Amino acid sequence: MTALLEIENLQTHFKTEGGVVRAVDGVDLKVNEGEVLGIVGESGSGKTVTALSALRLVDEPGKIVGGSIRYDGRDVLSMNKKELTQLRGDRISMIFQQPRVCLNPVISIGRQITELLKQHRDISSKEARNTAISLLNSVGIPDAEKRFSAYAHELSGGQAQRVMIAIALALKPRVLIADEPTTALDVTIQAQIIELLRELCREMGTALVLVTHDLGVVAELADRVAVMYAGQVVEETDVETLFSNPQHPYTQGLLSSMPVLGQRAERLTAIPGTVPKPSDMPPACRFAPRCKTRISLGMDICNQEPPQLLRTAKGSVRCWAIEGAS
Amino acid sequence: MTDMILEEQQTFGKPTGSNFARAMRRLLRHRSGQVGGGVVLVLVFCALAGESILPYDPLSIDPINRLKPPSAEHFFGTDELGRDLFSRILYGSRYTLMIGLVSTVIAATFGITMGLLAGGGGKWADMLIMRVVDVLLAFPYILLLLAVVAILGPSLWTAMIAVGVGGMPGYARLIRGEVLAQKDAEYVEAMRALGASHLRILFGTILPNVLPQMVIYASFTIPLAILAAAALSFLGLGAQPPIPEWGAMLVDARTFLRTAWWVVAAPGMAIFVSILGMNLFGNALRDVLDPKEMSK
Repeated sequence: MTALLEIENLQTHFKTEGGVVRAVDGVDLKVNEGEVLGIVGESGSGKTVTALSALRLVDEPGKIVGGSIRYDGRDVLSMNKKELTQLRGDRISMIFQQPRVCLNPVISIGRQITELLKQHRDISSKEARNTAISLLNSVGIPDAEKRFSAYAHELSGGQAQRVMIAIALALKPRVLIADEPTTALDVTIQAQIIELLRELCREMGTALVLVTHDLGVVAELADRVAVMYAGQVVEETDVETLFSNPQHPYTQGLLSSMPVLGQRAERLTAIPGTVPKPSDMPPACRFAPRCKTRISLGMDICNQEPPQLLRTAKGSVRCWAIEGAS
Repeated sequence: MTDMILEEQQTFGKPTGSNFARAMRRLLRHRSGQVGGGVVLVLVFCALAGESILPYDPLSIDPINRLKPPSAEHFFGTDELGRDLFSRILYGSRYTLMIGLVSTVIAATFGITMGLLAGGGGKWADMLIMRVVDVLLAFPYILLLLAVVAILGPSLWTAMIAVGVGGMPGYARLIRGEVLAQKDAEYVEAMRALGASHLRILFGTILPNVLPQMVIYASFTIPLAILAAAALSFLGLGAQPPIPEWGAMLVDARTFLRTAWWVVAAPGMAIFVSILGMNLFGNALRDVLDPKEMSK
């Protein structure tokens, strides 16, 4: 099966006064038709920039300096402005972390949907209105006909995210990129939104790229997971394997730092240290300074040569310890 | 399931109507909105009602009754040609309003377009447009007006165009700043992610968000435009006699300042009251259209 969205060796760099920041440095990702790909990682690991890069939404001083992005076999990086605006929203759509500020504050939510519909499709105002109302219904906005003329500030966070989902899915895109869609919401609302995303994407056959730092959300939704660290994918595998048999020391650390419901540990296990500053990257393996495995095995190569992405049974992993063992 | 839907309905506030209806309600409760709005309404009424409400013909000369002080017959007295000042003031309101509106529309249309393109059109457009704006601002205001009138010749219309040109840079600067501030807002980013083109984002997404600021700015520049046009008329470069434009009336009257105060007082007070009213109205507009207040 060919991948719907294929990112290869993506490099997005930011030119700052303190030098070049390699926010995304050699990321490979594949999104197949209809699947849910989770991208997890700490803040600053480059997951949001990867997502933005996929739609070429990275602003100055950021720039995609290398790699390729292909949607359905077409090269996204060489598209002109017109092709890009057709791609965005129509084929690949995106929702963001802060739903309330992502809606235009002075235009009613209904009009925001109908304008999008009319921009991309050749339909009448009345058809657009009907479609918008049925969309609002399908994302669980009660009394959609009345709510059609509501404004963003009249909605709660959860409602606003539902509206955002309705807008993002209005044109039945084949890929939906959700950048931390539940981070700003209450836990109970989070569950509802996750359920909604799952249902709608399954219904429409839309592939979902879920960017999050919440492993719980990933476990709930994703088919496959890519774990990012310091601008690179360190491990990629299907969701069961990730939780049952994590390979990369960073993934192991992430999983063990999750509190287990019903068990009170003295202290949560944390990964020592912090994500390295992009301007001050470790020369070889980027996780090496924080890596328990490296210390316990006393490996030197981790500080000398960057590890390559290694194919495993269910996916791939970037670690010298695994490569040495196999 | 029913429980969930019930709960969700409660998360909505009471239905509050459109932004416009809410702003109007707040405006009617606002004290200076009431006073200023009253003055503006009277002005608009006088301008629209036309000749039918005038006690005398504003242009007919009556030498026998020249320079009569205010009386029951002539509320504001008569001028040096015996014309009824009350009628002339009422009739002149249409010129005043027209000058204010036309010149502001000219200034706003060009200024807003320039500002949008400067703020959203990239480095070169920004450089080019803002340098033009700087040049316009570098001229002393009245000199700029005189220059435009000198090119087009003195008349009521050229006065309006001149005042409009003079007002453009203010709009351009204001809206450019607003565009720069809004350009990186999340909802703009979201629009881009949904495939909106550059122009659509500028005119369809950002412009509606900065319009309240524009309305407020306009409410302050309309009286300024009227004053500027009156000044031009005063210099003999605006409305030409016998048009009862207030500024022009003031010029004609100044010779009689010592002998017949009412000839000067009538147009002077008319300008004063209407400018005051419009400023009060502008204050009220600023309060009710404040985006932070809107969401209450």
